[in-house]
Amino acid sequence: MQVAKPTGPGLLKRPYNWIQEDSLAGMARRKALMGYIFLVPTMFGLMVFTVGPVFVSFALSLFSWNVIDPPEFIGVENYSRLLKDEVVITSFSNTAIFVFLTVSLQMTLALLLALAIQQKIARWLRYTYRTAFFIPLLTSSAAIAIVMAYMFNKDFGPINYYLGMVGIPRVSWLSSSQVVLITIVLTYVWQHLGFTLIVFTGGLGNMSKDVQEAADVDGASGLRRLWHITLPMLSPTILFAAVVGVISALQIFDQPYVLTRGGPGDSSRTVVMVIFEAAFKNLQIGYGSAIAVILFLVILLVTAFQFWLSKRWVFYQ
Amino acid sequence: MKSQNVLELPARPFSRVVQRVQYRFWFWLGMLLVTIMAIITVAPVIWALSTSLRTPGQSFTLPPKWLPLDPDFKNYADVFVKIPLATYLMNSAVITVSIVLGQLVTASLAGYAFGRLKFPGRNMIFSLIMATMMIPLQATIIPVFVLISRLNLADTHASLIIPAWATAFGTFLMRQYFMQIPNEFEEAAVIDGATNVQVFSKIYLPLAAPGLAILAVLSFNTHWNEFFRPLIFLTTNDNFTLPLGLVTLFGYLGTGSVSVVMAGVILSLIPVLLVYIVGQRYLIEGIAMGGVKG
Repeated sequence: MQVAKPTGPGLLKRPYNWIQEDSLAGMARRKALMGYIFLVPTMFGLMVFTVGPVFVSFALSLFSWNVIDPPEFIGVENYSRLLKDEVVITSFSNTAIFVFLTVSLQMTLALLLALAIQQKIARWLRYTYRTAFFIPLLTSSAAIAIVMAYMFNKDFGPINYYLGMVGIPRVSWLSSSQVVLITIVLTYVWQHLGFTLIVFTGGLGNMSKDVQEAADVDGASGLRRLWHITLPMLSPTILFAAVVGVISALQIFDQPYVLTRGGPGDSSRTVVMVIFEAAFKNLQIGYGSAIAVILFLVILLVTAFQFWLSKRWVFYQ
Repeated sequence: MKSQNVLELPARPFSRVVQRVQYRFWFWLGMLLVTIMAIITVAPVIWALSTSLRTPGQSFTLPPKWLPLDPDFKNYADVFVKIPLATYLMNSAVITVSIVLGQLVTASLAGYAFGRLKFPGRNMIFSLIMATMMIPLQATIIPVFVLISRLNLADTHASLIIPAWATAFGTFLMRQYFMQIPNEFEEAAVIDGATNVQVFSKIYLPLAAPGLAILAVLSFNTHWNEFFRPLIFLTTNDNFTLPLGLVTLFGYLGTGSVSVVMAGVILSLIPVLLVYIVGQRYLIEGIAMGGVKG
């Protein structure tokens, strides 16, 4: 605590107001004022570019507007329209399949890799592996999608070449409506695996050594130890990684935009691509907003589910 | 001799041997998996690099040549001729650096307010700011686009820079760093007659440097690679950022000049790799704190 300067008679005579008061209370008031002033840039930015726009999105979704003519209020018509819109429905089902495949693959691989890297290996080796898995996180998803487009090329791509060496016939990675979602899942997981891996490695590192040693003494090993000790203790980390993974996968855009533009047909069209096309290509601001509002609500629901689940299922030490 | 018998360890039971074999088995299976995955993970980058060093005519030779034994650097010159790559690089640099600097300012001010100053409503305002982290970019992009068009900022770099200045994650990060610093520094400075602003700028800000570094590195990485906002906000070719320019190049060159496209991709990677080499400690710590988007 700071000590207030003694206030002599000279100081008392000086004209002072509420904020300049030379006392502990005055000092606290000045600090509080400083706090509010320091918050101005952040509060202003978030209000104008994040919070405000959410409400505006809700409002715009009730209008029909092409930017040029004045907006026309149409109530919930945009919402009833999107429920019947084949492209929108396909994009939601594509995104759901994509999220499911991505998150399961990403979590499984990252967990296995984290367990393997945790083993007793030389430091330089662990460092090399870590760097290898980290590199994709540094790359631009758009730039890497370009590289992947060539790698997945049906006739000249290295991937089909190596698959051919083990006797697998050429796969139409980008032009078959059955395969294209898988291609996007692989491209996406390639880039995001490192993040989940870092989260899991951190979780394993933070695990209590006592329990591990107790397990050693009891002779619990291998799969039994993984299933009964490691996984339950890692459950908060697993839940966190899963929720972050779902939320970020729901917003998939860059990879399908660069690789396929949503094709063939609509087989790789995602929700964000539909929002982008409706609002910025077709200038249907209201309709695009309505789809964006639905996506936002889905993401909120996932977050709420996380809170609910973390109270019930997750094991905390 | 009896006593010796007692001290002698019992022969290793069979179950111990099984356990050791099991342990070895899992160990080598794990190492095999990690090695294969690491190779798969690095492969696209290596392929892009070696392809960028081949003449366009050879770019699709099979089997793929992974080592550029006979490197041809012409593609790197070509990519500057075929597309305004120097302009794209410049645009990306200006936009990214402006966003990073702006975020450092806003986040250290707000983080200081939440971490070290007391004022009515502090916790409530902080919770509200944290709640905004749940709002996805897609839920706000349409109104933001309308707003910047109204402000006559469409197709400008400012339209990408200004909306990115306020950062809830950065505020959270800097608050954590300011909170960790002990009170003693401040008390000593106040006794020496430092003003409130001096306490912030001369005492706390330098001590929170690791937090600033994490924010700078993460923010640089995110915005250098950003694609969605530039795609929507920018329309003139000369204003494009590097990722947007590369996707455009990829679109109209088709499969003809893979090597040139790959040269562009590799060039776009260099700045983030440099940042990684310099600040990997900060980057990993920041990502572990959840500061990754997309």
